[in-house]
Amino acid sequence: MNNTNTSERLKTSSTRVSTWLADNIVSLIFVAFTLFGFLVSDGVTMNFFLTELSSRFFRNAFLVLSLIIPVVAGLGLNFGIVVGAMAGQIALAIVIYFGWGGVNGLLLTMLIALPIAALFGFLTGMLYNKTRGQEMIASLMVGYFANGLYQFLFLFVVGVIIKVPNTHSMIKPDGVGVRMTVDMGAHEQGGLKYALDKIWEIPFMWAILIVFAAILLLQIWKIIRNKKNPGLYRYNMTMTVINIILCLVMIAISLYAITTNSALMKIRKVPVITGLLIVALCIFNELILKTKLGQDFRSVGQSQHIAEVSGIDVDKTRIIATIMSTVFAAWGQIIYLQNMGTLNTYGAHTQIGMFSVAALLVGGASTQKAGVKHAIMGTLLFNSMFIMSPEIGLSLFGNALLGEYFRTFMVYGVIGLALGLHVWRTNKKGKATLN
Amino acid sequence: MSDNLLRLINVSKEYSGNKVLKDINLELKKGQIHALIGENGAGKSTLMNILFGMSVIHTTGGFEGSIEIEGKTAEIKSPHDAMDYGIGMVHQEFMLIPGFTIMENIKLNREITKPNIVSRIFGKRLETLDIKRMNEDTRKALDVLDMSIEEYVQVAGLPVGHMQFIEIAREIDKTGLKILVFDEPTAVLAETEAANLLKAIKKLAGQGIGILFISHRLDEVVEVADVVTVLRDGELVATKNIKDTNKYEIAQLMVGRSITIDREEGRNRNIVDETILEIKDLHVAMPGERVKGVDIKVKKGEIVGIGGLAGQGKLGIANGIMGIFPAQGEVIFKGKKLPLNDPKSVIKSGIAFVSEDRRGVGLLLDESIEANIAFTAMQINDDFLKNFGPIKLKDSAKIRDHANKMIKDLDIRCTSSLQRVGSLSGGNQQKVCIARALTLNPELLLVSEPTRGIDIGAKKLVLDLLKQLNNEGMTIIMTSSELAELRSICDRILIICEGKVEGELPPDAPDAEFGLMMSGSANGRSEGREA
Amino acid sequence: MVEVKRKKNTFNDIVNKIGFPTIFIGGFWILLLIAGGALGISVITLLSDTIKRAGMNGILVLAMVPSIQSGTGPNFALPVGIVCGLFALVCSIEFGFTGWAWLFVAIAFAIPLAAFVGYLYGRLLNAVKGSEMTIATYTGFSIVAAMCLAWLMIPFKSPNMGWFIGKGLRETIQLDAIGGAQILSNFLRFSLFAEEGLIAVNSDTGIIIPTGMLLLFLICCVIVWLYFRSKSGIAISAGGINPKFAQSSGINIDRCRIKANVLSTILAAIGIIVYSQGYGYAQLYSAPLMMAFAAVAAVLIGGASAQRAKVSHVIIGVLIYQGLFTTALPVANQMFEGTDLSEILRMIIQNGIILYALTKVKGGDN
Repeated sequence: MNNTNTSERLKTSSTRVSTWLADNIVSLIFVAFTLFGFLVSDGVTMNFFLTELSSRFFRNAFLVLSLIIPVVAGLGLNFGIVVGAMAGQIALAIVIYFGWGGVNGLLLTMLIALPIAALFGFLTGMLYNKTRGQEMIASLMVGYFANGLYQFLFLFVVGVIIKVPNTHSMIKPDGVGVRMTVDMGAHEQGGLKYALDKIWEIPFMWAILIVFAAILLLQIWKIIRNKKNPGLYRYNMTMTVINIILCLVMIAISLYAITTNSALMKIRKVPVITGLLIVALCIFNELILKTKLGQDFRSVGQSQHIAEVSGIDVDKTRIIATIMSTVFAAWGQIIYLQNMGTLNTYGAHTQIGMFSVAALLVGGASTQKAGVKHAIMGTLLFNSMFIMSPEIGLSLFGNALLGEYFRTFMVYGVIGLALGLHVWRTNKKGKATLN
Repeated sequence: MSDNLLRLINVSKEYSGNKVLKDINLELKKGQIHALIGENGAGKSTLMNILFGMSVIHTTGGFEGSIEIEGKTAEIKSPHDAMDYGIGMVHQEFMLIPGFTIMENIKLNREITKPNIVSRIFGKRLETLDIKRMNEDTRKALDVLDMSIEEYVQVAGLPVGHMQFIEIAREIDKTGLKILVFDEPTAVLAETEAANLLKAIKKLAGQGIGILFISHRLDEVVEVADVVTVLRDGELVATKNIKDTNKYEIAQLMVGRSITIDREEGRNRNIVDETILEIKDLHVAMPGERVKGVDIKVKKGEIVGIGGLAGQGKLGIANGIMGIFPAQGEVIFKGKKLPLNDPKSVIKSGIAFVSEDRRGVGLLLDESIEANIAFTAMQINDDFLKNFGPIKLKDSAKIRDHANKMIKDLDIRCTSSLQRVGSLSGGNQQKVCIARALTLNPELLLVSEPTRGIDIGAKKLVLDLLKQLNNEGMTIIMTSSELAELRSICDRILIICEGKVEGELPPDAPDAEFGLMMSGSANGRSEGREA
Repeated sequence: MVEVKRKKNTFNDIVNKIGFPTIFIGGFWILLLIAGGALGISVITLLSDTIKRAGMNGILVLAMVPSIQSGTGPNFALPVGIVCGLFALVCSIEFGFTGWAWLFVAIAFAIPLAAFVGYLYGRLLNAVKGSEMTIATYTGFSIVAAMCLAWLMIPFKSPNMGWFIGKGLRETIQLDAIGGAQILSNFLRFSLFAEEGLIAVNSDTGIIIPTGMLLLFLICCVIVWLYFRSKSGIAISAGGINPKFAQSSGINIDRCRIKANVLSTILAAIGIIVYSQGYGYAQLYSAPLMMAFAAVAAVLIGGASAQRAKVSHVIIGVLIYQGLFTTALPVANQMFEGTDLSEILRMIIQNGIILYALTKVKGGDN
């Protein structure tokens, strides 16, 4: 009997390249855009760019990572992380109201957010089970719907049903409803701003050195592991070699910058604890897939019918995936807000779903496939575009507003394009043919 | 008695008053290969559903009789129970996830795991997958079947034969497998793959596993089985040792009936010698009913029957002519070439179709009877329309009159022509489908499964209607899985096997010949069968 | 005993026929009207506003019918048609038309533009069967965002529209400057129960009936109703609910879907022109972004589902939807001062009913 996977061999190199292009076209567009930005604008220095990119990355990466599990479990892009963000904000409001601050206050916020987000995730998961096949539009609508409930809570229940003193800095002067912006207060003075970030900071270049050294070690370990058990794990020789070269380059740059104390050392410092949390979520996403639960996620994501027939509780598995995503989104929103320093009560959560989804898609994910790589790459690329667009608008058209609008267009367009491409390709594969 | 692995004792099953299985008794010994053979609707699938604890049995009132495994009574209420008793089943439809590796598919929801710190707190589901051990188990199972393919290869893109074997490997991997049921295993396999499969089955039997083998291919049954049980209309016709019988006898047992639908003798059948339809080398890609090269000639005024077992392609022919599924080849109607894959032209040229999928393709269930009847004629022939310049609006009065006429002529039982078609009985729904086809005034009528799901009384009415239409000059091609109705009104019957015309028989040919033809063993064609 | 049983059955039948959400939300509106009256708010004014807003939004909601009937679900890409209408409206101003001429030219230009764009969009939808609603939403968003760029860069010079400094158009264009504000609404306007008498022409009191606008809405309703009684419309409806059935009768489903989308886009374009004249302002830039959801919710409240919609659903739905929120605003302000409860109510009911409809969508072919 034939024992080679002939179909793999038969794929010519040209079709492989075109498939790779089609898979990654969105990422390529964004890379081109960023490079173009550097070319045309002259107000952007490397320092400014990297400072902005670094702070945006640490602010947003956690949220983008929370989108991965629903994609693996077949729920598509979970625009409903907005609901998780709302849970985080409810917890934050409680903590700010009672004036608990500092690192302890932040930990308390995350603790309070956990059961709230878990409940919201459970309800959302049940909704997804009822709207099978249309989960993505359902997740969009549930975000808008929950926003209505959230505003009802913050504008009406707080004040009318839960009596609060109108002298509190958080509450509106007439005693009904929470203010539109709530200052979280500097963490040194008992507030929550930067409570997480400022625990431990290191210079940017040191962070680069450490991160890329770690990635290099990871690549080497992968090579050793593959030599020992060929075929046991997924392994791609070309990617590993490229990664190693990249690591060596970055390590060289960082070593140079540190030893010569170049201008690059002036880039804003990097928050270590936040970074560790992001790394922890990355590791969690990887490890969960190596457990039975993770395998169940993948089975349900590949085929609900076959998973059901094999005895997996499909509904329950999907709900667990939604709960996880919502809880991580709640924590992610708390991380985001402690960096912002002000709680934009009625607006902070509204765009979060769309931007995070767009970032994930820009990183190369699709509605069926998403991984840690996509989330990290996507956050970097997406935020690069965000930083460059006003500059591009200004340089090309003399109008920064144009850049803003262009940015909005890119966000919507990227989601629409990625969704459309994916559905189109899936439909093409499913047509019955004569042979 | 003591080496009886499995015993079915007086197993019966009723679906809303309709007895589909009557007192089935079956014995399977260790290491024995027991073949189960029968036409469509004989009860094979129902029997397997009972054995495998499928919910469709339990949600419709359970079954009568009992099952004994190794001498002890067994309560099988779910596929999981069946698995615990050591019963495995290789389905016709593959339950494989293409994006997973062979190992992941074989171990689906039976993964081997190791506990870790987190799982001790949060539960078993968070245990780590033991990939190494799972790969080893998979390797063992694959080796039993002489498959040298690596266990970490993705299933997507593997040839069909491999997939079949992976399904088997999955069952073998289940600990304590005692009984393995195969449902038409060679149906989708090429010749060499089928031969390999039969070899593997014999090997498994040699290891003491009892094999239940459902197949319609008499050649295979005779080659590999030890015992054969023939089912017919839900009843056990006979159980014989293979060495005491032959293909011919089995075929006869499979088809022969005590009840027949009477055929009118001495009807004036002056069939003109004019060919109205000629089909040359027709290929149709209908999922589950592929046609792989069919040549048919139909004379004007004939009633031609197309029969055969399920999945052999008979339903694909009419669907292919009408352009419902992709088709290739040549169809010549009244001397002119008919465009394929173009339902509009086919209907316009004078052919009408009553589909076998009554509720799916045949009707708009939420619309009224009159809307359904008038639909096709309105769209294709611009009937029932009032013209207001370039705009064509529906002529409700005309539609209603015509519908009422049809209701009267075909005796459709309903509250009015406005009644929702979805609330009619099966027989009346069928009549609405026929009415819709007749509204086109076709010269050639293709009817598929005309009396499926209709009770005996209504069956006769529909068949009489077809006879009457034929008397008035309509040529009819009737496709059916019920031989009895084909033999009652057709002038000749073509049997389709493996997507090709196996042969032609007069309606009064002996049962055994029908049986042999339907199982493809008639002319010894089994030797040179193509993929 | 039999009498009571029969009455109960007919009550259940009525509830099932009209639909639970319709009765529930409609009942809520009537409750609010009564509450408003009790609180001293002029019910006459409330009814006036309701009719006015229903007339303004009616054609936009009507655009949902062809889209739903053809099987592509509610038209979440309404902004695509809206943007065509706005562009036509703006061009009409640029070319110097005012008053009735402005209206006719705007509509006359909008129709072919919307037809063309609707055709292209219809082809896009055919490539994404099964996920039409999600793709539609993002297409709508993308087009609005793209048009933001366009509005900013367009070289139009009319003083009524441009920014005072720099290039591009203003966010809001006042239509009374070109004599277009309420031009249709005021055509043959009359009032019931006015101060001047039971029926008074051109009065500002009583229940004001904007005849011109309502007339155009009703004409469009009749056109759509007739269209779905035509050969083409019947084919579209069949293709939307049972594609296999339609195909076996020789119908080209893809073409039907394109036709339905063209009609939907045209209605959206006309709808926004009628809306703008009723409002008195044309709102460019991000205003159309969320307009689809209001229209979708309205037709669903009227009793439609994601697969079947009738013209009657449109009329009932737009009345209840606009009535509810027009009434809720003053009543909520009266009862709970300082809170914008009506907007919150709108978010909950509007998005809630869409979610409810999504749970009723059959799972497709998976």
